[in-house]
Amino acid sequence: MSWKKDTADGTRPNSPIDAESDPVLERALHDFRANAHAWSQAAYGQPRAQVHVARSGWRPAAAWALGCALAAGSLSGAFYAHHQRAAMAARLALRERTAQQQQLTAQQQRAADEDLLATVDSDISREVPAAMEPLAQLMDEDAAR
Amino acid sequence: MAAGTAVKPMTAESAEEIAAREFARVVENHRPQIFRFLLASTRDLDLAETLTQECFLKAYRNWGRFRGESSAMTWLMRIAINLQKDHWRNRRMQFWRHTRTNAVDLDEASEWLPSGERTAEQKMLARERVQQVWKAMEGLSERQRTVFLLRYVEDQELSDIAHSTGLSEGTVKAHLSRALGKVRAELRGKP
Repeated sequence: MSWKKDTADGTRPNSPIDAESDPVLERALHDFRANAHAWSQAAYGQPRAQVHVARSGWRPAAAWALGCALAAGSLSGAFYAHHQRAAMAARLALRERTAQQQQLTAQQQRAADEDLLATVDSDISREVPAAMEPLAQLMDEDAAR
Repeated sequence: MAAGTAVKPMTAESAEEIAAREFARVVENHRPQIFRFLLASTRDLDLAETLTQECFLKAYRNWGRFRGESSAMTWLMRIAINLQKDHWRNRRMQFWRHTRTNAVDLDEASEWLPSGERTAEQKMLARERVQQVWKAMEGLSERQRTVFLLRYVEDQELSDIAHSTGLSEGTVKAHLSRALGKVRAELRGKP
């Protein structure tokens, strides 16, 4: 069996490569051609058995485990974030409520103080005589005299 | 008039029939060669079978546009080369997918040798040589491999290879020379 398409003078037409000058290479190419032809001839037209794609066990298991871990991580992360937000909101609400209460208490205190001062003012103005009243009386008496 | 209207569809039908017969002949003549090229190129029986079927399906769809400027074989080979190129490109794009390859290993690929009048030692040496060529093929670029296979497995002329691959003859020669250089280096144990 020859792999060459021999011409009348035994040379390969259009052969640009020096495969013929290297007997080892030529022999290898000859065998390779024979191998490719024999293999394809044997395989050609053979009924092909349905290939059952056997999935190796650890790959889907690893994929599932990774997926579950990611889902759990995302869920716990979301839950933690939500919890943190709720706690912060509660803290803020408490602070606001306290501030409001303090403001109310201060307001009430201020009102009570003002009432007390008003009461004290009115009481004192009624009981204490005018500071210059005796002198005024003396001056009136002198003038009459 | 009535006769004319009756004849026209029959003519069209027979033209279709002729084209179908011609195409069936083309399939019969060239299918083994296309399959062989794709098998040697991919080392994957299922993939070679699938691509061969796709090649002839594509050829059937475009059969009307084949004007016979080149031989049917060259035209079919061009389709097969493009399909193979598309396949590898798609595969590269799907790197994130778990794609399963059915490519046989070098040992299995080099098992097939015609049972001639050879001694056991000669057979072993031949198998070893074939294995080395397969191994060298792995190191070739897609174009070098295609050109190499078309030349040394399919025995195609340089002009036909140039036509099938869409390269100039000079480029084909250059690819072939590089491919042979790599095969030679592998045979000498200097990959």
